Amino acid sequence: MIIHRLVSCVAVVMLAIGAHVHAAEVQVAVASNFIGPMQRIAARFEAETGHKALLSSGATGKLYAQIRNGAPFELFLAADERTPHKLEEEGAAVKGSRFTYAIGKLVLWSPQAGFVDDRGEVLRDADFEHLAIASPRTAPYGAAAMEVLERLGLAEALATRLVTGENIAQTYQFVSTGNARLGFIALSQVMVDGKLGAGSVWHVPAELYTPIRQDAVVLGRGRDNPAARALADYLRGSVAADIIRSYGYER
Amino acid sequence: MLGADDLAAIRLTLELATTTTAILLVIGTPLAWWLARTRSALKRVIRAVVALPLVLPPTVLGFYLLLAMGPNGPVGQFTAALGLGTLPFTFAGLVIGSVFYSMPFVVQPLQQAFESIGPRPLEVAATLRAGPWDTFFSVVLPLARPGFITATILGFAHTVGEFGVVLMIGGNIPEKTRVVSVQVYDHVEALAYTQAHWLAGGLVLFSFLVLLALYSGRRSPSGWG
Repeated sequence: MIIHRLVSCVAVVMLAIGAHVHAAEVQVAVASNFIGPMQRIAARFEAETGHKALLSSGATGKLYAQIRNGAPFELFLAADERTPHKLEEEGAAVKGSRFTYAIGKLVLWSPQAGFVDDRGEVLRDADFEHLAIASPRTAPYGAAAMEVLERLGLAEALATRLVTGENIAQTYQFVSTGNARLGFIALSQVMVDGKLGAGSVWHVPAELYTPIRQDAVVLGRGRDNPAARALADYLRGSVAADIIRSYGYER
Repeated sequence: MLGADDLAAIRLTLELATTTTAILLVIGTPLAWWLARTRSALKRVIRAVVALPLVLPPTVLGFYLLLAMGPNGPVGQFTAALGLGTLPFTFAGLVIGSVFYSMPFVVQPLQQAFESIGPRPLEVAATLRAGPWDTFFSVVLPLARPGFITATILGFAHTVGEFGVVLMIGGNIPEKTRVVSVQVYDHVEALAYTQAHWLAGGLVLFSFLVLLALYSGRRSPSGWG
């Protein structure tokens, strides 16, 4: 009996060691706006493959600076196309490994029910002191918001009412705390369990702005890491696609 | 080189630091005097509150200021009731944030200067029939001069170096809330490293010169904290 137990114990330990040999770790840099869905995707990925994904989130520009200066990241999920492309050109990323993992949707949102109408007319009525956007210079959602205002011919009229968040998370914070009555944010920020959360929202029509493609790329350090490649493949798969859509992104 | 945006940010930063330092000297002097003289049990509590920004991350301070000064916060409802609107995204809001943020850098050197005077000169002044105001201006102020210089320099320099609070409550508005540190961050985020270098290098030089002036001018080798 004791011997039987001993044998099964040894078997369990050997199995654990075996799994450990095949499993690898991958260090992932994730743009702040995608950290929520990525945590879910990583959990499924870990359960299915036995690999481990360590996630670090930050603004795309900051992550770029860290990657160029020796940060130990192996896979990079950026909030734009430009930065992964630049890393590829500079030889810091694996050529040909770049792909679009999600397309961001821009919305005009207010936490106040009934304030934002479904055609964005609220922008013309201009019954607000501050309109929050992300920095057009550094954040793709900010650039998209400016594009929308320009297409609507409202950029000049509303210029003095704009307040700028350093990134899309801070922009959301300005609006959700009521300091700005409404703002252009990512649809993913107001999705709760696959549905729209509280407040009122205008889904900005796709023809008013250039699609916000979020690209991922395998970095130089991840070249020979099977887990990095596996996670990149997993992101392209259907499980990831479902999670990504439930957060309000397109594929 | 520095662009028009950068120059505007520098001008705004200097305005913010000057205003903040002036306000802090006005509020900080009586506060430091009270802290130096009182035997009240409240002293420890007030000292701890004044020193809080030394240990709190500026994002914490900024976050609570954003909530408090927002339309749903107590300060915001008060300012709105006065017809002043709300303070985030305004220069006045930045000044208030900076006053909290730089408070210990002004109050602590002043308090130390007042404490180091000791009771004796005040007693002498009293026996010469000097009134409290006269004593303060003719005896205390001249004796505490080094403390005032230290407080002014540190309060100013620390406000110039402020980032987290401004980021949280500023809204990055050119000529209103976009200070140098935020502008540097913006350049770095936009991968405009050359422009970032000009401003960032300038800040390093400025800070070094300030500290050099501080340590050259000080007679006593003891620290101020």
